[in-house]
Amino acid sequence: MSESLIEESILSRPTYGTLAIAPGLAHYFVADASGAECVIRVAQAAPKGFMEKVHILYVPTPGENALITALYALGAKRFEHFPTIDDAIARLGDWLADAKMGSQLYLAGTEGLIGQAVAKGEECGLDHTAVQCEHRGSLARRVQCVHCKTMIEKVTTQPVKCPSCDLLLLVRDHYSRRLAAFQGVCINAEDPTEEVEIREVFK
Amino acid sequence: MTIQFRNETFRNDFTYANSPGNIPRFPFPFPEDVYMYSTNVEPHHATRAGSPFEHAFDVDEHYVAEMKDRALVLADDPGRCQALPHMETAGWDFVELVMVSKARDYPDLFELTIDGDRWHWINKPLQIDDTFIFGDSSALPCHPMEYIGRQVQGDHAILDQRDGNLWLDAGIITAQADWSLDFDVGMNFFEWHAPVPLAHELGVFQRALKFLLSLPQGQPSRRLNWTLTVNPRLDTSPENYPKWGPDRTTVTPENIGEKIHLRVELQTFWRLPRSNAILFPIRTYLMAMNEVVTQPKWGRRLHRVMRDLRPELVEYKGLSRYHPILVEWLSQFDDGAPTSPGIFPD
Repeated sequence: MSESLIEESILSRPTYGTLAIAPGLAHYFVADASGAECVIRVAQAAPKGFMEKVHILYVPTPGENALITALYALGAKRFEHFPTIDDAIARLGDWLADAKMGSQLYLAGTEGLIGQAVAKGEECGLDHTAVQCEHRGSLARRVQCVHCKTMIEKVTTQPVKCPSCDLLLLVRDHYSRRLAAFQGVCINAEDPTEEVEIREVFK
Repeated sequence: MTIQFRNETFRNDFTYANSPGNIPRFPFPFPEDVYMYSTNVEPHHATRAGSPFEHAFDVDEHYVAEMKDRALVLADDPGRCQALPHMETAGWDFVELVMVSKARDYPDLFELTIDGDRWHWINKPLQIDDTFIFGDSSALPCHPMEYIGRQVQGDHAILDQRDGNLWLDAGIITAQADWSLDFDVGMNFFEWHAPVPLAHELGVFQRALKFLLSLPQGQPSRRLNWTLTVNPRLDTSPENYPKWGPDRTTVTPENIGEKIHLRVELQTFWRLPRSNAILFPIRTYLMAMNEVVTQPKWGRRLHRVMRDLRPELVEYKGLSRYHPILVEWLSQFDDGAPTSPGIFPD
C-alpha cells in the first residue's frame, strides 16, 4: 500500500502508486531520504540477479549517512548520491541518454523529486508506461510563479510569497508535468490591500 | 466587401468599440434564456451572410488593431508563443489553411499565388508581401505558427493527437481568458481543462475528446464559449493578472454599461492534413453591455442568464465582485417578454 496522504484533486494533479518490479532490461531508481525505504523494499523482494541491472541515484538529507550505507549495501550495478535534486536529475539525464529500450524508471520520495525526474524521463524519450512513482514524505510543493516564472522549492504554506516578484501567490492544484511544478497565481491581485493569512498546509 | 479597420486600443486608454453596423453580427453566445455547460458543437458551415460564421476565418473591423495588440504582447512576453519540437509540420498546415481560406474568402484583402513549392502571399491590411518555399522554415522570420498567427485574429492552439488523447503542444496565445500557455503547454486534454469546475463531472470533456479524436479533414466544427471582462482588454492572461485584476474593483452602477464586456470565444476545430494535428482557433469578440442591449432580445436574455447563473460559474468566471450590480443593471432591459430561440437578434 502506498502511504501517500494526497487527497483526491483535479485531473492535472498527479497521483502516485506503489513501486513494483516491472519487466525490463535495466532498472533506474531515483529517491530522496523519504523514498529510500521504497527502494530497499523493492530490492529485498527482488529475484536473484535483479540488482545487477539496477542503477540508483540518491539525494540524502544533509548529514544523514545510514540510508546511504543501506542503499549501497543493496549491491546495485551503479549507486551514486548527490547533495541536491537538481544534481541528481542532471545525472539521471546522463544515464538515460545511454539507456536502452526496455528500461524502467522508479521514483520514490517527495513530489519535487518525482516531478523533476518524470519530466527528465519524458525529455529523454522514456514512455510514461515505463515510469513508476511512489510518494513519501513531505507534501511540500514545487511552485512556479505564473507572473515572473520563478520556481519556488519546498513550498509548505498557502499562500506563499514569491521570493522574486514579492507577489502573494495562491498555490493551485493545477500541475504541469513538463515544469514539474504547481501553479502559483497572485491571490490578492484584484485588491492588493487585502490581507491574507498565511497558513502552513503542505506538511 | 470593404472593411473599415478601426484604429483602437485594447489597453491603457481602451479606445476599442464596435461600430453600429458591427453590433448585430456579434456572436451572442446564448441560444436560450438559461446557461449551463454543454458540448455545444456544430459543423463550421458557412452560415448567414455577414455573420461571423460566414467564412472559415472571420475578418472584421478589429483585425489590424488586434494584430498590433498581439505584437505588443509577444514583444513583452515571448513565452506566449511556444511550439514543442515535433510541431513544425503542424505549423505549416496552419499556414496553408489560413492563407488558402483568407485568399478565397476575402480576395480584396489577401492574395495567394502557388507555383509548386513557391508561395507568394500578400496581406494588404497588414502590408505584408512575402515569397517563400512552403515547408522551409528557414525562409520565414520565425516559426510558421508564429508567422501566420501574427496575421489571423484569435488565439491559436495546435493539438497533437497520440495515445488516444490530444496534447496541447503548440500555441500562440495573447488574448486568453485567464489561462497560461507557458504552464499548460505539453498537457493532455484532461490536464489542461483540469481547473474547470462541474464540467468533468458532467462528462463534457470525455464527450468532447471523443468527438475531436475522430474529427475528419475538411469538416471543421465550432462552438461558442463566453465570459465577462472589465474593459475591452484582450490580454487577460494569468501572467498579467496583477495588471487587469484591479479593473474588477472599478465597476459601479454608473459605469457598468461601458466597463463590462461580454467576451465570446468562437472556437473552431480543424483536422490538419499533414500532421494529423487539430488546429484550435479561439477567436475572441468583445462587446460592451451598452452595445449588447441595443438588441432588445439580447438585453432580455442576458439578464435572465446572469440572474440564474450557477454560483460555481459566477466564481469560476471571476464575476463575483460585480455580479449582483450587473444583474440589477440588466433587469431594466428585461420586460418579461418571451425571446425567440437561437442567438441571432430579432
